Amino acid sequence: MATETKQEYNITIGLEVHAQLKTKSKLFCSCSTEFGKEPNANTCPVCMGYPGVLPVLNKQAVAYAITAGLALGCKIDLNSRFDRKQYFYPDLPKGYQISQFDNPICNHGKLSIGNKEVRILRIHMEEDAGKLVHAGAERLHGSDHSLVDLNRASTPLIEIVSEPDINSAEEAVTYVKELRKVLLYTEVCDGNMQEGSLRCDVNISLNKTGQPLGTRAEIKNVNSFRSISRAIEYEYKRQSQILDEGGKIVQETRLFEEGTGKTHSMRSKEEAHDYRYFPEPDLLPVTIEQKQVDDARQGLPELPQQKKTRYIEEFQVNEDTATTITDDLETAHFFEKVLSKGAKANKAANWIIGPIAAYLNENKKSLNETKLSAELLAEMLVLIEKGTISDNIAKNDIINELLENGSPVAKLIEDKGLAQITDTGAIEAIVQEVIDTNPKQVEQFKSGNDKIKGFFVGQVMKKTQGKAPPSLVNQLLGKLLK
Amino acid sequence: MNGSRSADLINSLAYDKIISMSELTNKTALQLNSIFLNKEASAQQITEAFLQRIEQYDKTINAFISVNGELALKRAQELDQKLAAGESLGKLAGVPIGIKDLINLEGSETTAGSRMLNGYTSSFNATITQKVIDAGAIPLGKLNLDEFAMGSSNETSAYGNCKNPWDPNKVPGGSSGGSAAAIAAKMVPLAFGTDTGGSIRQPAAYCGITGLKPTYGRVSRYGIVAFASSLDQAGPMTQDVESNALLLEAMSGHDAKDSTSLENPVPNYLAAIEQGFKKTQSLKGLKIGIAQDFFVPELNSEVKAAVENAITKYKELGAEIIDISLNKIKYGLPTYYIIAPSEASSNLSRYDGVRYGLRDMDATSLSDLYPNSRANFGTEVKKRIMLGVYALSSGYYDAYYKKAQQARALIAEDFNIAFQQCDLILSPTAPATAFEIGSKTDDPLEMYLEDIMTVTVNLAGLPGISINCGYDSNNMPIGMQLIAPALEEARIYNAAYAFQSTTDFNKSPDMKSSKAIGV
Repeated sequence: MATETKQEYNITIGLEVHAQLKTKSKLFCSCSTEFGKEPNANTCPVCMGYPGVLPVLNKQAVAYAITAGLALGCKIDLNSRFDRKQYFYPDLPKGYQISQFDNPICNHGKLSIGNKEVRILRIHMEEDAGKLVHAGAERLHGSDHSLVDLNRASTPLIEIVSEPDINSAEEAVTYVKELRKVLLYTEVCDGNMQEGSLRCDVNISLNKTGQPLGTRAEIKNVNSFRSISRAIEYEYKRQSQILDEGGKIVQETRLFEEGTGKTHSMRSKEEAHDYRYFPEPDLLPVTIEQKQVDDARQGLPELPQQKKTRYIEEFQVNEDTATTITDDLETAHFFEKVLSKGAKANKAANWIIGPIAAYLNENKKSLNETKLSAELLAEMLVLIEKGTISDNIAKNDIINELLENGSPVAKLIEDKGLAQITDTGAIEAIVQEVIDTNPKQVEQFKSGNDKIKGFFVGQVMKKTQGKAPPSLVNQLLGKLLK
Repeated sequence: MNGSRSADLINSLAYDKIISMSELTNKTALQLNSIFLNKEASAQQITEAFLQRIEQYDKTINAFISVNGELALKRAQELDQKLAAGESLGKLAGVPIGIKDLINLEGSETTAGSRMLNGYTSSFNATITQKVIDAGAIPLGKLNLDEFAMGSSNETSAYGNCKNPWDPNKVPGGSSGGSAAAIAAKMVPLAFGTDTGGSIRQPAAYCGITGLKPTYGRVSRYGIVAFASSLDQAGPMTQDVESNALLLEAMSGHDAKDSTSLENPVPNYLAAIEQGFKKTQSLKGLKIGIAQDFFVPELNSEVKAAVENAITKYKELGAEIIDISLNKIKYGLPTYYIIAPSEASSNLSRYDGVRYGLRDMDATSLSDLYPNSRANFGTEVKKRIMLGVYALSSGYYDAYYKKAQQARALIAEDFNIAFQQCDLILSPTAPATAFEIGSKTDDPLEMYLEDIMTVTVNLAGLPGISINCGYDSNNMPIGMQLIAPALEEARIYNAAYAFQSTTDFNKSPDMKSSKAIGV
């Protein structure tokens, strides 16, 4: 395809995000939802679909779905219902998935992504399937047999379906990031994409301005931020090329392959399953008291965007800093605790997104995997503020000790003699000594070379191991060099 | 146990403490419980008596798919030890029970009458199984049924046709045919049946016993292989009404494992009989509704006559007979044959050969594994799966399943209105008496007509009983049905007891007669 014929298309994206709810037990039985157990350890007759078993709804899952719905501005339906979605696959023990079809628990929400608001069509509850482990190969192709692991079968999910309000890969990633934040803030999902706690299907279509929306393709198996972006970029190329050449997009389900970054067709519209939904007769309709919804609304925590706004207004930190800190709830909690122990907001913020973040990045750790407590950091920041230690000393000699060993700050300063010298007489003597031992440089200074002053500061700092307050040194040099 | 009854029993047995095995198998469940508690026979002796009778007759009747004598005797011995130790024992202590092979009994096979589940061993007890074991009942084995309870004659069982003890050339009815035949042949004094469209009541009628389908939700469905979830209900099958009441009480109650089970407290049904007809000897004040809608053209004249006689008898007992209309029940069969297969098609999806049950070991791909394994379903089951899949398919759902649900609501409303005028509704249980084995297998529509009197009761979720009310010219039993408003099983039992205790229609077949079993 010649690049000059390439045309520009609008891209329209809708996302279906599956989030695993953080319940201790599965959606319809009391099996544990713990990740990483040996295959089929977390199973029982109910989630294995043995003859005669019945589902019993996990009330905590309903409570989490309500919380998620409220946090995303949804209307909660006090009378929703479960349905059976029927298809055959070895990881689906009953031959149907219990899901919510035409009567989901949450409807009509929204999520702001920067300057834009993405409408949320619905949120429904459903059970997860198990997984297949293909033996003898990385994937199904080439393996000689497959094993079924039902640990994940029947773990509770919510599926959050957006309206097609997203228009770029970047927006899609932002949307999922913002959504993940809300789920983490409300503590309904652990947001762990590696473990599959958050998974994504992407619906994409292209059209030209002024024309109706194009035919969409649904891309499955898009399970990281990077994959979302790559899958969308690939689809844009694939669809635009077809359209450029005068072809038609077929409505189909496509699978994203992380290895190649490509999508390939799974099934066409004609091959689409007829899921034969019908109301699940083994469960009663899900009826919720208005009071439960009101209580859940009362109990909602401060949400990411509210927190960010508050940081900017209350603490006068800049927007980027506020965004970085509120991106991660643990960091935000840490920040607020540091402030509550007497540290100044801007200082604390700069330390957290500066040296501490650098350390965490370098060591691939999260804050709670270090020994640094909010109390320790606050104590250090207060000592800097008071002039007991310098910023440089804190950066070079203290912060890593705190992160790695959680050493008491005061003792560390004392043991290593890190406190700044506050005795003006002692510093004056050192300054005088430096002047006396460097007559050549004094000559240069006196002949108008102001820059040489830095040399004297450096010498003083060297002699005091950096513990002389720089402002005092400058002041004394000014006086004694005259 | 009730003092006076125990006293009666002791009086009747006082002159001869040694009870023969055949005497034991002639006793009702209620009597056996007393015999055991009064130490006139041990649980082991009682169990052995029934096991021996099974040994003697079941080769011909084929009521059992599996018998677990060893397990039963072990349980019996435990009960004997408990009794000797003076421990408190449940209301069914020492009484053997047969379990329809659709209901899980831990450590035993559950076949559901299907090849699909051949060799499948239950790893847990159904709630009702656990409840009766806790009440001291002794499970003897698993009873024959139509495959996955789909049938009205037991002919769809993959384990051979169960035969009617009144005439082994005839069907015992279905799907709980094994349960009804085992009771009638006195191979077991208590049995579990399940009823989705008449599967307890119709075989009860064909075998001349007492079978009750409880209110939907009265009895837990947990551990019972699902046929049609919104219609299925397990219930007691016994020879007499009192034993039936005893078993229902033991089976009933809310179960946290079944969201559709009801939380209403379980009445003492026997006490209702004691306080009711036993005390007053009259049914004065009881209004029994008769709907001509049940007296369909297909109704056999001998059955009609027997039911009419029963109506007369009820008048004599003091009941008031009222004409009612149930004109929506004509939609019962089509409604049922949409809803039941729809739910069944979904419930039977789990039999895919992946985790348990029969699997095509030669299949080399997933797309072969499913059809090849599921080819092991019988014809009737396949037919109903196809019906259900069709009715639920995109584009047909509204015309079939949704419409059927609307019709179902109308039928339930019809009963509601009727019960504003009467306390019970009386009807035949089935259009005719038991038919010859093989005589209807070629005509599915005629077979489905078997359910015409009973399906509406399931669709409305109501309780219904079948008790015997006469015999036809071939000496085959004739059943009648009593239907009550939801949760009024006690009312049914009282009226059924009144009839049973004042008539001579609750007989057992003479198993040694020329017509019956050649032993």
